[in-house]
Amino acid sequence: MPGPFDYSIWILCILLEASVVVCSLLRRSFRRYFTLNLYMLASLATGVGRYVVLARSGLNSDEYTYFYYYSDAILTICLYFALMGLYSFVLEELGAATYVRTFSMLLLAGTALFSYGVIHQSENRMLTLYVFELSQNLYFVGLVLTYLLWGAVLKLRETRARVIQFILSLGVYFSLYAANYALDNIYPNLNYIWVHLPQLISTLLPIAWCFAFLRFSEDARLAPARLAVIPR
Amino acid sequence: MMPAIILVVSLAALLQFFVSYCRSIIAASVKQPLSAEVRDVTGISRAASGEDFLRVVQLLQLCPARPQDRGEIRAVDAYFRLLSFLQSALGRIVPALVSWTDAERGQCTYFAAVTLERRIAFSRDLLAQQMST
Repeated sequence: MPGPFDYSIWILCILLEASVVVCSLLRRSFRRYFTLNLYMLASLATGVGRYVVLARSGLNSDEYTYFYYYSDAILTICLYFALMGLYSFVLEELGAATYVRTFSMLLLAGTALFSYGVIHQSENRMLTLYVFELSQNLYFVGLVLTYLLWGAVLKLRETRARVIQFILSLGVYFSLYAANYALDNIYPNLNYIWVHLPQLISTLLPIAWCFAFLRFSEDARLAPARLAVIPR
Repeated sequence: MMPAIILVVSLAALLQFFVSYCRSIIAASVKQPLSAEVRDVTGISRAASGEDFLRVVQLLQLCPARPQDRGEIRAVDAYFRLLSFLQSALGRIVPALVSWTDAERGQCTYFAAVTLERRIAFSRDLLAQQMST
């Protein structure tokens, strides 16, 4: 069963996710950043749902295992839509929203097919393996897409401070998750570390988004050239 | 092989996103002028130097913390440590890196001084509220 540390991080994460939604409502930005809020609400519901299933069925039950992996896949897809929402913001002046939606759907379908291709020879618990593989691949695809989006921000000289903060924090989040999955594959004997790290990582995104809502107004601007690692 | 490639790509991206994120936090405070009072306290007369960062952070810890600036101070503190590490580890091999890290460390100090200014104002507001009740 999870210990006091796990429960503390769990509760903290749920509170932080609720705070993001409250902050966006207070700043009257809920509808504008709907996909980000949708992800936070989905994450909040998942956190509560996991607790209920855990309390009812136990950590080692099939119910909890299935619920955990399926909810994780759904959350990753929601985060993927949040990322596409950010793409729409950055590319809105180019009128490329339709292309972004089409491309994101194709990429999602492609990742799902690729994940199926990786595990289709496995006979045991194929569906759970598929969901795990899909999540893992979506995190890496998310990282690559966030990197491309950051490139677009620099190229198109996007100046909205909030949007920049959302994108950069999402980049840090995806990078940490992708690195964690990779380390889990390289050093499976250190599994106890790679299992607990995502809990800590998952608190970073709501903290950063809360900060972005509270610290920056919708009109706040930043010079993107100042943010590039190599000065432009 | 594939996980190793993913790990390298992820860590490279993480470094770049983290640096840009910290720079975005710092950039938001660069335009704010420092009051004469904070300049006196911190000893920042003209350009802020990286050497003063730890001292300004110590001063920050003496003031009551504002809940909304804890996260950003931690992020910038981690960024400052990363810059110091880069300077000491690669400074001799890549001399151009020294001037860049010096400038960045100076910006970190300026950010800490601006945060100190905000905390002083916050403490005064708290005191004023207590006096009025």
